[in-house]
Amino acid sequence: MKIGRSLGLGLTRRDFLKMSGAGLAGATLLGSAACGGSEGSGQVTLTFWSWVPDIEKEIMLFEKAHPGIKIKYVNAGQGLPQYTKLKTALKAGSGAPDVVQIEFQYIPTFQQIDALADISQQGASNVKSDFVGWTWGQVSEGSKVYAIPQDIGPMGLLYRKDLFDEYGLKVPETWDEFAQEANKLYDANPDVYMTDFPPNDGGWFTGLLWQAGSRPFKGSGDELTININDSAAMKVADYWQELIDTGAVDMAPDFNNEWYSALDRGKYALWISAAWGPVFLSGVAKQSKGKWRAAPLPQWNAGDQISANWGGSTSAVIDQTEYPEEATEFAVWLNHNSKSAKMLADESFLFPTLESLLDSSEFLSKTDPFYGGQEVNRVFAESAKQVDLGFEWSPFQDYVYTQMTEQLGQVSNGSITMTEALNNLQDQVVKYAKDQGFKVKE
Amino acid sequence: MTDQVSPAESGTKRSEGPSFTPRRRRGFYQAGIPYLFLLPFMVLFLVFIVLPLVYALGISVFETRLVGGNAFVGLDNYVRALGDGNFWEGVRRMVVFGIFQVPIMLGMALLFALVLDSGTVWLRNLFRLGFYLPYAVPSVVAALIWGYLYGPSFGPITQLAELLNFPAPNLLSDRWMLASIANIVTWEFTGYNMIIMYAALQSLPAELDDAGAVDGAKGWQIALYIKIPMIRSAIFLTVIFSIIGTLQLFNEPNIMFAIAPQVISNDYTPNLYAYTLAFTNQEYNYSAAISFVLGAVVVVFSYAFMLLSNRAELRSR
Repeated sequence: MKIGRSLGLGLTRRDFLKMSGAGLAGATLLGSAACGGSEGSGQVTLTFWSWVPDIEKEIMLFEKAHPGIKIKYVNAGQGLPQYTKLKTALKAGSGAPDVVQIEFQYIPTFQQIDALADISQQGASNVKSDFVGWTWGQVSEGSKVYAIPQDIGPMGLLYRKDLFDEYGLKVPETWDEFAQEANKLYDANPDVYMTDFPPNDGGWFTGLLWQAGSRPFKGSGDELTININDSAAMKVADYWQELIDTGAVDMAPDFNNEWYSALDRGKYALWISAAWGPVFLSGVAKQSKGKWRAAPLPQWNAGDQISANWGGSTSAVIDQTEYPEEATEFAVWLNHNSKSAKMLADESFLFPTLESLLDSSEFLSKTDPFYGGQEVNRVFAESAKQVDLGFEWSPFQDYVYTQMTEQLGQVSNGSITMTEALNNLQDQVVKYAKDQGFKVKE
Repeated sequence: MTDQVSPAESGTKRSEGPSFTPRRRRGFYQAGIPYLFLLPFMVLFLVFIVLPLVYALGISVFETRLVGGNAFVGLDNYVRALGDGNFWEGVRRMVVFGIFQVPIMLGMALLFALVLDSGTVWLRNLFRLGFYLPYAVPSVVAALIWGYLYGPSFGPITQLAELLNFPAPNLLSDRWMLASIANIVTWEFTGYNMIIMYAALQSLPAELDDAGAVDGAKGWQIALYIKIPMIRSAIFLTVIFSIIGTLQLFNEPNIMFAIAPQVISNDYTPNLYAYTLAFTNQEYNYSAAISFVLGAVVVVFSYAFMLLSNRAELRSR
């Protein structure tokens, strides 16, 4: 008995089988047991998964306006952990939420496994014209609509004015200027890097590729064109390889304490960021308050105004829902109702997707002492309107990001070059897509 | 041994006790009672261990593609697993890890257990708790703490080294990572293993100490020649746990990935590989097969250790 018990303990101790196939099935069972919807009489209860802070407030607002619908809110983790749970629930066939937060880049991934309902059936297209154009392109395919845009991350620079002044740097308007200033800074002080190129951040790098005009994936259904190493991507790869080789740019993973300290203590003169960056940065680099400013993303050709998007989310309706109508109403209302959308922007600091909010002078003229009183929103609102159209994601974006991280990790080790990384990535993704049964064109 | 009645034995005797309930009258109802008590365990065991295993075994002989659906493929996934270099590289890495880490960890655990058991330590309970405490820290938190300590620019270890003008090793580099993870795991589980050994030591009768002392044995001789052989089965248990734990390593490398993605590949450990296959590559079927092969590897290593230690025991007699 004694041995039996301690054996049991020992096994859970190192998460015995937790991550193996057996554990997977266990989690499935758990998932379906935990999330059964309650059926009241005449009352519809929707389960909603989201990791937006304080979203309960908007939910309360919705429930007040819709007496027949109750929302059961679950925070199932941010990003990947939530997707893992979602996939498990979907595979189990029950226990998935009715409405779920999904980032733009994962919509095709979930679409591919038929997880998302086409909510154009419920009239979701009626609100199309109120959203920033390209965001609607990201959530729809032809006349079909798979989600409602919630927030976006049009890209821009956040730079250290103190360091720029100290080293006499000019805020770069083109990538050429960016490289010049980076080298100038390196000559002046090799311990301060112009910026960091995080090898672990597929979303960030994809944003840069997007801006340069790279279009890695095209296609629909089971036909897929894969061009990860197209000429635009190779241009970006060469560009960064040079800066990394000279030592002007660091290559350290982002979003960890070490990296926050680096931003806080002035190891990096700027962060190539996105619209959600300003609020985020002010929370993790508190000591550098007042030293930061925002500027538009540098351009490949002087005079252009082309931007890209990094991050942001949508509200999607899960195909398994019993209440597609109510679920769609919630997804639309949450992000489209003027009160709710404003609350998301003001209190949860989501960068708005509604044209009306992006244009409102109240939103644009907000200032923050962290940025020396600059009207930061203005910079990113401009960027939001310059995001290049027609960028598509793969139907297995998590695989692409994982492999991208592997490859860029090797670049940061110095074992391969950035262009080799993209070539390898192309080969791997093509092979994976073929194995998964896609008709692949290169 | 024959004359002495241990507390446990006397306990059983008492319960069987004077036979005012003759055995044959206990009947079917009473014979079933033990099983009634076992039922909660059996149900949970069935639902959370057996059924998932059967399910995983089931899906491991299929292949589900994103396009084209599900097809029976027999043992194809297993054949692929046996020839999968990424998987075996992970196994090799964990074997190297275990060869160094397990003896160090268990050696320290045994040393601490003996010292605490010897009764010469002040504030024994405090130390016992202290050694055990890291195990109570969730491994995710532990990895975050260590991630901070290891930080290559702002971590305290680096800063201390720079202060003393030493070249600071990058503890998160490819070269040092395995040692860095081993350090975390050792810190986490030494106390846990110590408690198992300590409990075994505490159950040894105090007369052994006295008898050894009468025969002129020194403290370390009593430990080495009397106590350690007598808690052999407890030590054996910790080794088996450690072999399993090592081959199943997941949490620590998974967290280190956030701070050193260039080193921790997604197949760094076999379990990490199975996880990636299932949840990012959506190759659930292959992941299930990989898990079973890993299970087989664990069985092989555990069994090999049992054989070795049995043989050693026979020889020592």
